[in-house]
Amino acid sequence: MYDFTYAKPASLAAATAALATEDAKAMAGGMTLIPVLKQRLNKPSVVVDLSGLGLTGITVTGDSVTIGAMTTHAAVAASAEVKRAIPALAALAGIIGDKEVRHRGTIGGSLANNDPAADYPAAALALGATITTSKRAIHADDYFQGMFTTALEADEIITSVSFPVPAKAAYEKFKNPASRYAMVGVFVAKGPAGTRVAITGAGQGGVFRHAGFEAALAANWSAAALTGVPTSDADLNSDIHASAEYRAHLCNVVARRAVAAAG
Amino acid sequence: MPQVTLTVNGKSATVEVEARTLLVELLREKLGLTGTHIGCDTSQCGACVVHVDGVSAKSCTMLAVQANGCAITTIEGLAAADGTLHPMQEMFREHHALQCGFCTPGMVMAAVDLVNSNPQGLSEDEIRHGLEGNLCRCTGYHNIVKAIDAAQGLMHAPAAQ
Ligand SMILES: Cc1cc2nc3c(=O)[nH]c(=O)nc-3n(C[C@H](O)[C@H](O)[C@H](O)COP(=O)(O)OP(=O)(O)OC[C@H]3O[C@@H](n4cnc5c(N)ncnc54)[C@H](O)[C@@H]3O)c2cc1C
Ligand code: FES
Ligand code: FES
Repeated sequence: MYDFTYAKPASLAAATAALATEDAKAMAGGMTLIPVLKQRLNKPSVVVDLSGLGLTGITVTGDSVTIGAMTTHAAVAASAEVKRAIPALAALAGIIGDKEVRHRGTIGGSLANNDPAADYPAAALALGATITTSKRAIHADDYFQGMFTTALEADEIITSVSFPVPAKAAYEKFKNPASRYAMVGVFVAKGPAGTRVAITGAGQGGVFRHAGFEAALAANWSAAALTGVPTSDADLNSDIHASAEYRAHLCNVVARRAVAAAG
Repeated sequence: MPQVTLTVNGKSATVEVEARTLLVELLREKLGLTGTHIGCDTSQCGACVVHVDGVSAKSCTMLAVQANGCAITTIEGLAAADGTLHPMQEMFREHHALQCGFCTPGMVMAAVDLVNSNPQGLSEDEIRHGLEGNLCRCTGYHNIVKAIDAAQGLMHAPAAQ
C-alpha cells in the first residue's frame, strides 16, 4: 500500500473541504477501499475517514426507512424496526459477505462503490430509494450509471438513504460460494414506486431493472407469471464463475424464488 | 507521523505509525503480539480477527489510525490472568479443533464474538454460517463446529460469568 495522509474531519463541511484535495478519497468501513489500496489499484493523497461525522442511525416512519450512510450492514440486519418495516432489506444486509465484513462495511460505502455484484444497489433500485448527499437528493433511477459508476461527484458525500416502505418485497441471491457476492441477485418489490425488479451480479453495466419481469408481475404477482419470460444475455457478464447464458437462466430462477418469498 | 493511542488486552499503548499501517501490523510488529496471524491479502481468510470495542473485525482490513481510542482484544488477551484458558480455547483443545493452528487465533476470536452475540444459542447450521469469514485448510471444520457448540454451553452458563 502506498502511504497517504489520514484525515478524520468532525463536520460535513470539513470533510467536503478535505475531499476537494486532488486525489483525496473518502473512507467508510474500508472493506472495499483498504483491499483496493493493498493492491495499489488506487493512490490517494488523503484518505478522509467519514466516521467522525455522526452519519449513523436508522429512522423508521409509517412510509419510509431512512438509514445513515455510515450505518453498518450488521446494524441494519439486526434492527427490529427495519425487520418490521422492510424485512427484505434487513435480510439482504444480513447476507452481505461475512460477519466481520458486516461489522464494518456500510450502506453508504456500498452504494458509493456500486460494485456490479453488490447487494444494496438492487434494493435501492427496486424500492425506488432516494440517496441524500452533502449536496442534493438523488433518485435511485438517476444514481446508478454503470459498473463502479454513480452520479456522485468527487467531493460529494452520501449522508443517508431513504427507502419507501413497499407492500411486498424480497431479495434472493445466488451466491458465489467463495466470495459470497451475487452471481445473480434479484430484488422484487411491489410498492409506491410500482412493481419493480432489480438485478445485481448479472449485468455488465451493474444493477439493472428487468422490464419483462416487471410487466409480467404487474399483470400477475406470482412466481408462475415469470415462467418463460426471457432475459437477453447480450449485456450480461461472462467470467470464470458463470457464462452470460447461465446468468440469464439464473435471473429467471432467482426472480421466481424472490416472488415466492415475497408472498 | 500519526500517533495512535489504544488499549490492547487491557493495557494502554501509544504508538507512532504510518497512515497506511494496518491494525494487524501495529499488533504484530509494534507490540510484538504475533498471535494474530495474516493469512491472505484479500480480507477473506479471517486469520487476523480481533475484537475492536468488543466486536470482531478483520485487523488486516483496518488501518491502525482507525483504532485510535479503541479497546482491542487479541488471542493473547483471552485467557484469564492466571493462565486459565477461556472456555472457547479449552473446547478447541478438548475437541481437537485445530491441526496446524494457523487459522486458530482468528477462528477462536470470531467464535467468541459469534457466541457472545447470540445468547439465545446457536444451531449447528448457524455456527457453520457464522464462520463464513474464517477459512481453515486443515480440519474440515467439523471439530471446530463441535468445539464452538460445546463452548456456548459453558459461556452462557451462569458460573462462567
Ligand atoms: C470478504 C468480503 C466479502 C464481501 N461480500 C459482499 C457481498 O456479498 N455483497 C456486497 O454487497 N458487498 C460485499 N462486500 C463489500 C462490502 O459490502 C463493503 O462494505 C462495501 O462494498 C463498501 O462499504 P465500506 O463501508 O466498507 O466502504 P469503503 O471501502 O470505505 O469505501 C468504498 C468506496 O465508497 C466511497 N465511499 C464510502 N462511503 C462514502 C460516502 N458516505 N459518500 C461517498 N463516498 C463514499 C469510498 O471513497 C470508496 O471509494 C464484501 C467485502 C469483503 C471484504
Ligand atoms: S489476513 Fe485478514 S482476512 Fe486474511
Ligand atoms: S488448523 Fe490449519 S488452517 Fe485451520
